[in-house]
Amino acid sequence: MLDISDLHVSVDGTEVLHDINLHIGQGETHVLMGPNGSGKSTLLKAIMGFGSYTITSGSIIFKGEDITHMPIHERAHLGMGMMFQHPPAISGLKLGKLLTATSHMDEGVIEALAQSVNMEQFLARDINVGFSGGEMKRSEVLQLKVQQPDYLMLDEPESGVDLENMNLMGKEIAALLEKDIHIINRRRSGLIITHTGYILDYLEADQGHVMISGRIRCHGNAREILRVVKEKGYGECLRCKPR
Amino acid sequence: MEHLSQEDQERLAQTGLEVGMQNRCGSFFQIDQDVVQTTCGAEGIEMLPIKIALEKYDWMRDYYWNAVPADADKYTKYVAKQETPQGLVVIAHPGVKVAMPLQACLFLREEAVQHVHNIFIAREDSEIHIISGCASSWQKERGAHIGVTEIYVGKGARVTSTMIHNWGEGISVFPRSATIVEEEGTFLSNYVCMQPVNRVVMYPTARLVGKNAVARFSSIVVATPGSFLDLGSRTILAAEQTSTELISRAITTGGTVISRGHILGEKENTRGHIECKGLILKDGTIHAIPEIEGTLTGTELSHEAAVGKIARHEIEYLMARGLSEDEATATIIRGFLDVKISGLPEVLQRQIDDAIDKAESGF
Ligand SMILES: Nc1ncnc2c1ncn2[C@@H]1O[C@H](COP(=O)(O)OP(=O)(O)OP(=O)(O)O)[C@@H](O)[C@H]1O
Ligand SMILES: [Mg+2]
Repeated sequence: MLDISDLHVSVDGTEVLHDINLHIGQGETHVLMGPNGSGKSTLLKAIMGFGSYTITSGSIIFKGEDITHMPIHERAHLGMGMMFQHPPAISGLKLGKLLTATSHMDEGVIEALAQSVNMEQFLARDINVGFSGGEMKRSEVLQLKVQQPDYLMLDEPESGVDLENMNLMGKEIAALLEKDIHIINRRRSGLIITHTGYILDYLEADQGHVMISGRIRCHGNAREILRVVKEKGYGECLRCKPR
Repeated sequence: MEHLSQEDQERLAQTGLEVGMQNRCGSFFQIDQDVVQTTCGAEGIEMLPIKIALEKYDWMRDYYWNAVPADADKYTKYVAKQETPQGLVVIAHPGVKVAMPLQACLFLREEAVQHVHNIFIAREDSEIHIISGCASSWQKERGAHIGVTEIYVGKGARVTSTMIHNWGEGISVFPRSATIVEEEGTFLSNYVCMQPVNRVVMYPTARLVGKNAVARFSSIVVATPGSFLDLGSRTILAAEQTSTELISRAITTGGTVISRGHILGEKENTRGHIECKGLILKDGTIHAIPEIEGTLTGTELSHEAAVGKIARHEIEYLMARGLSEDEATATIIRGFLDVKISGLPEVLQRQIDDAIDKAESGF
């Protein structure tokens, strides 16, 4: 699904990501951990193609196509989707309007989808304007439910979400990743950034990675990595050799 | 109206004029200096050419050049010195409420200068919605329109005045309007100008003279290259517990917008807010000048103003959902202009939305 080789990314002339290599196969879900400011969100945004993240070398191959320099919306059309850690508030633009504009779905269908994540009351509101942390996350999940991407990137889906809503979000994300389908037949893949690992209560991850100072240091079983980090902190990961 | 060319009929339709009068309770139509139509189907509402109104009612003199002083500036003086005043008088009799708007259409075809003097009087507890469409002929290259409008909102009455402009690149427009709002009265003023024009200069004022009176001004404008829009609105909170809101959305694609606002709070328990947002799509000027002036402790006034371009990360957010850069930009602009005016009948809101939609293809 996704193949990243020797990727270097700069922001404002400063290299933030160094020599990233990552392979995510079809049907697989990977988890990305790492301390604050290590470059996790930067990697997701570089994969999505945001303008301020300059790829200075390396390549991103998605579904067999080189997308390293492809415009964002074409990546979306190819089946890439993302849940933002800090989505922008856009005053005047109604959530419902955006969903209609991006999907050309019937209003009724959109309403039903909104209901499934308790967001029906938000369709008439300006997107993310005054949304609480949890509401923002639900709005992101709703947008992804409308978009139905084959490859899903989630930037801290748990942060700011209460226990009850976490249950809802966890199930919805598992469904988006086709976790109900056996891995052999599953088409969808995911890359999830998490600090807490709560999301792993709702879905299995096939692999975990740890990013430290712009490099992916460790690869391995996601739960295993989580346990080590919980016990010994990220320092332990510095002993891993980047591959 | 059928005498007009197809092109001109279309230009008028863009200002919200309903030639077939669907969804309209009355209609006034002036071409240059000739009143060609005055019809009104609503009971308790009178629509008269101003000349006839002045002859018919002695008391009209009390409203004539009262809210707007005749010697206010050279434009009002120009209108005042005309031998035969032209324009529209609307009188809503006490308690008469009409949800359906009445339309006043002012069309500049051949003459160099069109002058108009309108008076809208809403008596106690009445309610009227007036939509003024102003346009010039597609063949008209140069010209000026000077329009004086005096609005009197009586006790408990409610007046909505919506003005949609569709002038040409060589036309200069000088509306001079003022409103007096009495106790419990509500005045809503909406202005939309999405098409090229040479110059529009106006600064309508509302004087809230009775307790609990409310005034809300909203304007949505686009300045195309060569357009100069000097727009403002002013509310004087001259009675206790009055409140006002001045909201403007301005876009420039190369022209100039001066967006003024002034609230004067001079009585106890008064509130006012100015919200002024500007979007620079192509190099041009948006100059926001919000002024709030309070003269005692019991007034609470605030303003927020912002001018800038569309944030890149907002465009990219929508692109990540699959919209192209152009689609994302248009979607954000549409949202920016989407000022929902509370208390506005649906027909009028739709009219405003239509005017915006039509212009949107140009962004
Ligand atoms: N637009 C930007 N301008 C300047 N610096 C940036 C920008 N974006 C990211 N950075 C810097 O790059 C580094 C990595 O940031 P990033 O947001 O990717 O971290 P993160 O791993 O997602 O952290 P967190 O866990 O706190 O979300 C940080 O030092 C950040 O300040
Ligand atoms: Mg982050």
